[in-house]
Amino acid sequence: MALYFPHIAIFAAFMANNMYQIVATEQFSEKVYKYVVRAPRIARARKAGHFIILRVDENGERIPLTVAAADPVAGTVTLVVQETGVSSAKLCALKAGDHILDMVGPLGQATRIRQVGTVLACGGGVGVAPLLPIVEAFKKAGNRVVCVLAARSKELIILENEIRQWSDEVLIMTDDGSYGEKGVVTAGAEKIISREKIDECIVIGPAIMMKFTSLLTKQYGIPTQASLNAIMVDGTGMCGACRVSVDGKIRFTCIDGPEFDAHKVDFDELLRRLGGYKHLEQAAFQEYLTHQPQA
Amino acid sequence: MNEQLDNTGRNQAWRVALRTRLKNRERVDIARVRMPQLPPHERVCYQNREVNLGLDTDSARREASRCMDCIEPTCMAGCPVNIQIPLFIKQIDNGDFLAAAQTLKQTSALPAVCGRVCPQEKQCEAGCFYTLKLKKEPVAIGYLEQFAADWERNAGKTSIPQVAAPNGLKVAATGSGPASLAFAGDMAKLGYEVTVFEALHEFGGVLKYGIPEFRLPNSIVDAELDNLRQMGVRFEKNFIVGKLMSFEALKEEGYSAFFVGSGAGLPRFMNISGESANGILSSNEYLTRVNLMHADNAGYDTPVLRGKRVAVIGGGNTAMDSVRTALRLGADKAMLVYRRSREEMPARIEEVLHAEEEGVEFMLLVTPVAYLSDADGRVCAMRLRPMELGAPDASGRRKPVEKVGADFDVPVDLVIVAVGVSPNPLIPAALSGLKTTALGTIEVNPDTMQSSIPEIFAGGDIVRGGATVILAMGDGRRAAAGMHKFLSEKYLTT
Repeated sequence: MALYFPHIAIFAAFMANNMYQIVATEQFSEKVYKYVVRAPRIARARKAGHFIILRVDENGERIPLTVAAADPVAGTVTLVVQETGVSSAKLCALKAGDHILDMVGPLGQATRIRQVGTVLACGGGVGVAPLLPIVEAFKKAGNRVVCVLAARSKELIILENEIRQWSDEVLIMTDDGSYGEKGVVTAGAEKIISREKIDECIVIGPAIMMKFTSLLTKQYGIPTQASLNAIMVDGTGMCGACRVSVDGKIRFTCIDGPEFDAHKVDFDELLRRLGGYKHLEQAAFQEYLTHQPQA
Repeated sequence: MNEQLDNTGRNQAWRVALRTRLKNRERVDIARVRMPQLPPHERVCYQNREVNLGLDTDSARREASRCMDCIEPTCMAGCPVNIQIPLFIKQIDNGDFLAAAQTLKQTSALPAVCGRVCPQEKQCEAGCFYTLKLKKEPVAIGYLEQFAADWERNAGKTSIPQVAAPNGLKVAATGSGPASLAFAGDMAKLGYEVTVFEALHEFGGVLKYGIPEFRLPNSIVDAELDNLRQMGVRFEKNFIVGKLMSFEALKEEGYSAFFVGSGAGLPRFMNISGESANGILSSNEYLTRVNLMHADNAGYDTPVLRGKRVAVIGGGNTAMDSVRTALRLGADKAMLVYRRSREEMPARIEEVLHAEEEGVEFMLLVTPVAYLSDADGRVCAMRLRPMELGAPDASGRRKPVEKVGADFDVPVDLVIVAVGVSPNPLIPAALSGLKTTALGTIEVNPDTMQSSIPEIFAGGDIVRGGATVILAMGDGRRAAAGMHKFLSEKYLTT
C-alpha cells in the first residue's frame, strides 16, 4: 500500500478539536453575561492574565476576552462579556449548548505573580472578571490582598463572592451609592492607601478608570500594573492595531501585554485610539438592533 | 523513471522538432503576449476580482513558442527553486499542458501561486535570452507558469502526488504560509505524518491575510490546501505552538521534529510625531481587516476605516496591495508615498503598472516626518519632506537623503504604513536556547534549515526577515530535505 488516505480520522479529530461548546451561562446584569466554554487545552495552558480571542460565527469579528477562570479538570474556561456592539451582542445571544466557532489562546503575557506583601486590586465594571484570576494568584502566592470593586450601580457589581473568596478585604464603590460606598474607584483606593502600606497595585477596568487610578498610585509611588483593553485584530503581534505607548515606546498589547507598568502608559492615547472605530461600531450596532426580532 | 527523464531531455525528438519548426529569426519577431486584464475602471470596483484573467491556450502556446530552448538556460539561474523552465515551456508549446504542470510541481510546491506573485522581472525573466542578449521583452515565464498550473486545476486533472507508506514518524509545521505548505507537501510525500498548526482561523498565512484576492484569489490557495489534505496532511487552526502547547508537550505527543514557518509578524512603524493618531495603521492591519476578516463586505462584522484621501507609505508589494485596496474601498485619492524613486521600488513591476493604471498617485522622493490630526484625534494631514538620492547603501540602492527646509503638508484621512515587518517573536520566545540574530530572526544552517536546536528547523520570513513567497517555499523544501536526513539518521536507519 503506497497510498494512505486517512480522511475519516482527520475529520473526526478536526471536529473534536474544533468545538467550543458553551456549557453554562449566567446573566450578571442587563448587559453582562458569564460564559463557561469547553476549551480543554486552553483551560490547561492558561495562566492569570492571559486572554483568548474568539469568533462567534463565520462573519464575526475576532473578539479578545481575558480568561476570568479556568477549570483544567472539566476542560472549561470562563469568560465575561458586556454587550456593547454587534459582535458582543451576537455572543450574548448564545445559550448553553451553542457553539463558538473559533477560540485561540492563551494569548499575551501572564501576570507576574510573586510575594510582595500587600496587593491592592482595583476592578471597574466587567474589569472585575479578568481581575479575579490575578487576585486568586496573588493570594495563593502568600500576599495580603485588598480589593476595590467599582461600578455605576449595584447591579453592575459582578463576581463579588468569587473575589471575596481570595481577598482579605473587599471594598465596594458605586457611583450612585446603591451598594457599598458612594463614590468612584479612586476614592476607595485612596482610602485603603492612606490606611495601610500597599506594595503593589493592579488595576483593570475602563481606560479612564485605569488612568485615574494610575495617577493616584503614582502620587504614592506604588508600583502599578494595568491590563489594557486596546483594539485588536489578530492578537498575535501581526497587525499592530493594539499598539500603545509605554514609556514613549511602541508596544503591542497582544504580545507585550496586556499588562503594563501603568505609570508609563499613555492613557490619553489609549482612550483616543479606543474611539477610533466608534462611529462605525455605533452605526453597525444600530443596524443590527433594527434587524433583531422585537422581544 | 529513466525513460521519463529521457523523454524530457533537450535532445528528445519532440523538443528538437519544436526548435526546428520555427527559425529563430521568426521566433524573435513574435511579440510578447499581453495578459488579458479587467479594465482599470472596472477592476477598482471589486476587491475580489483578479486583475489578470489568464492566457488562453492559443496565446499560451504562441508565447511558449518564443522560447528558444537555450542550451544553457540562463533563466533557470534566476529561479530560487530551479524550475525546469525551458522544459515546461516547451511542453506548453507542444500542447502538453498537463505535463507542463507536472514539471512545475517537481520543484515548486505552489506554481499557481508563484506564477502570480513571484517577481519574475528580477528572477527568471531577468535571465531570459531575450532580456540579456536581444534586449527584447523576455518570454512571459510567469504568465506561462500560471497558465499551466491553472489549466491543470481547471481541467480537474490535478494529480495528487504519490505518498510513501507511513514511516511512523510525526512532524509538525507551525504557521500555514508558503514555507510550511511546501514543507508539509514534501514531508507527506516521504511518508511522514504531518500536522500544520495555524494561529489564525484560516489557513494560508500571508497568501490569505496579506495578498488581496485581486492578485491571488483565495480559491487558488484553498485548492493547494485541499491537495495537501488529500496527501494526508492534517491542519489545526487556532493553535499557537508554544502557547497552547509547548514544544516539549508536543514531543510527548509523538512529534519528532518541528518546522517553524511563523512568518514576519510585527509591523514596523516609523516612530514619527503623530503616528499614533486614529486613521494611521499598518498595512498588516489594513489588509488583515479586508482580506482575512472581509471588512469590505457588509455582511461581516469587522469594521475598516474607508478613507477618501489615503496615503500608503512604502514601495513594496504590500504597499501596492494596500493602496490598490484603498481604491477599491472607495478612496477618491490614493497616494503612494515612497522615499526613493521608481527604479528602487521593491514591488513587482506588474503591480506598479497596475496601480498606475488604476489611478494611484505616486509621490516619489518624499518621506513623512510628522502627522497632524483633527480635534477627534483622526489624522488629517501628513507632513512630507523631500528626499534626494545619495550613494548606494547596503542594499545596493541609492540611499535617500533628507532635504531639510522644504517640508510641505498634504491633507489625508487615512494612512497605511507599509515600511516592513520584524520577525514574529512568539516562537523564539517559547524556545529557550534557540539562537536568533540581532534582528530577531532564527539562525539556521542555510543548507538544511536546521536551527541551533537539532529538532527545530525554520524557514521563510522568520529566518529571512521579509522575503518572497518563492524563497519561503524554497526554504520549506530545503527544510523538509534537511529534516528527513536528520530523522532518517536518527530513527529510520539501522
